[in-house]
Amino acid sequence: MVGCDLLGLRVFLMDLLLQTLKDGLTIGSLYALIALGYTMVYGILKFINFAHSDVVVLGSWLSLVIADKLLVLGQFQAVPWWMGAVVLILAMALCGTIGFTIERLAYKPLRKAPRLNVLITAIGVSLFLQNIGQQRWAFGTGPRRIPTLLDDATLLSIGQVNVKMLDVVGAGTALLLMIALDWLVFHTRIGRAMRAVSHSPANASLMGIPVDRVISFTFVLGSTLAAAGGFLWAMKYETIKQPADASWTLLGLKAFVAAVVGGIGNIRGAMLGGLAIGLLENFGVAYISASMRDVYVFSLLIVVLLVRPGGILGKAVVEKV
Amino acid sequence: MADLQRDNLNQPPSTARAAFDAVWPLLAAIGVGLLFQLVLRPNLNPYTAILMLTIGVNIVLAVSLTMVNGFTGQFSMGHAGFLAVGGYASGIITYYGSQKLFGSGALRAGMLNGMPIDASGLPLLGGGEWLFVIALIIGGLVSAGLGYIVGLPSLRLKGDYLAIVTLGFGEIVRVLIQQSGPVIQSPEQVKDAPLWKLPTAVGGALGFGNIPQYSSLFWVYLVAVITILVAVRLKRSSYGRAFLSIREDEIAAEAMGVNTTKFKIRAFVLAAFFAGVAGGLYGHQLGVSLSPTDAGFQKSFDFIIMVVLGGMGSISGACLAAIVVTLLPEYLRGVAEYRMVIYALALILMMIFRPQGLLGVHELWDAAFWRRKKRGGAR
Repeated sequence: MVGCDLLGLRVFLMDLLLQTLKDGLTIGSLYALIALGYTMVYGILKFINFAHSDVVVLGSWLSLVIADKLLVLGQFQAVPWWMGAVVLILAMALCGTIGFTIERLAYKPLRKAPRLNVLITAIGVSLFLQNIGQQRWAFGTGPRRIPTLLDDATLLSIGQVNVKMLDVVGAGTALLLMIALDWLVFHTRIGRAMRAVSHSPANASLMGIPVDRVISFTFVLGSTLAAAGGFLWAMKYETIKQPADASWTLLGLKAFVAAVVGGIGNIRGAMLGGLAIGLLENFGVAYISASMRDVYVFSLLIVVLLVRPGGILGKAVVEKV
Repeated sequence: MADLQRDNLNQPPSTARAAFDAVWPLLAAIGVGLLFQLVLRPNLNPYTAILMLTIGVNIVLAVSLTMVNGFTGQFSMGHAGFLAVGGYASGIITYYGSQKLFGSGALRAGMLNGMPIDASGLPLLGGGEWLFVIALIIGGLVSAGLGYIVGLPSLRLKGDYLAIVTLGFGEIVRVLIQQSGPVIQSPEQVKDAPLWKLPTAVGGALGFGNIPQYSSLFWVYLVAVITILVAVRLKRSSYGRAFLSIREDEIAAEAMGVNTTKFKIRAFVLAAFFAGVAGGLYGHQLGVSLSPTDAGFQKSFDFIIMVVLGGMGSISGACLAAIVVTLLPEYLRGVAEYRMVIYALALILMMIFRPQGLLGVHELWDAAFWRRKKRGGAR
């Protein structure tokens, strides 16, 4: 009898472990996607783009609006399989445009200003987007449900753990986008220009690199990734909270922590950090306490700042006078 | 030679002079507090009086945040976290303390709290008010201690790490307060409850109501004047010059022998202390029930807006901005839903067109500030 109970316990523990791993990796890939936007902007302009989390929100809400509109316009019998992809691409394009506009209007006039001023402007942009989004004519102050775009069938079950369609598609999309970004940054001309500007804007401009255009491109890239993150987030949780909800800022903060943990300014670091944060959070929730969910991530941040301020993949920077 | 000796700066001032220098700010603060409470308060309607209280508390918060964001040029975004910590800590002391000491949570205040003087002649200060003062100081100290713990890892580093750590700190405080148990209501239950349980019984997400309302114009403006005077003297002292040098150029400051980490932490801890005291005043205010959202970043933004609009590093600017930002919603009632949109736009436009804020680094009492205007901006 005792052996039987032990076996049951072992199966339960195994399931819990697998479930936590799966949750951690799916959420972690989302964090990573959002963290990339923070890390790219930080790498080039050296400031925390607080408005990035609000672009994620925009991505979520625009996906909802686009999906609603398309479903009404198309009058489909059933939701076609390509619907999700179309919504994603449209949301990414719109958010890219918005990111470009934000950069041109709010950040570009401050290119030569102290970093603190840019940081404050970013907070201003963030507050502006949140509160415009809250207006009645925009997205309103209540949560809404995104229409189901993908049949969430179970693809694979191991014990009690079900790997579902959305998990695979979500993590897969995130992974694909990250691979594409990695290729773009490390194997193309514009990617080399981005790395050059990140290294030294002044020298890059002497070498004939159009610095302003590269910065704009970085913002567009970050914003499209944020939109993808927002879309996948909406697909995963279905209910989208109002734009000024604290959980959005918290999502952005965690993504930023992921960027810092991986080494701020380092693109592969952000991916690694995102996965690490996702795993840590879910293991904390599963094995310690669910109500302390938000505490683990920030504790990790403080530990990383104490032990290895450069992050996992970051290099210690010696400041020269 | 004689002239040189007389002007020698190393000569310590006379004892009487030093004693006067040490005491007059306190006397001035008490004077201002008495003036507000005894002369102004009877002529105000309750609505204006509450507004005045809020303005006073916000002045303390804005000026204390100026010490970090303005003087040292660091960027703290968790001021509301310290406010909440101080508020809850002092609320626990006055609420449960007066249950234990006096057998009820009722107000035991004197004349300075607007209590009428009856024939028997109540004292200026009631018994509960001494507890309130102790609670304010302890609230400030708890806040300062946490400020040290939070500041130590993040202030060692250059860059914006403080912003993100303090933002996270505020959120952790909010989550932890949400986990707390319900408030113990009756004095009998408070007597029975073990001592360690009392600090965790602060109402969770429902908020911590029923804190005795000791905050009066006297106390609020007493603290406000003390905070302002501390900030002014700090700015003029060698400490203040060290702070400002860190803001201007951290590397140069270090080369001049300023221990930048140490000074940044000092400014941060001091600001946390005053934020904690302000939290105590806020928690004991009429019509306020402390809640976990008080620790959140949305509240921190309010104080950042005050500091930035007033001018980074200007004490009088922070005071002015605190008054304006507190009063503005009252006049913007008609467009209430656009209030934050207007703030956000003001913040962005301010950074683009007048990045130094309304007053910049100047003070209203700087002679140069007025002269500069007369000369037509030449400086």
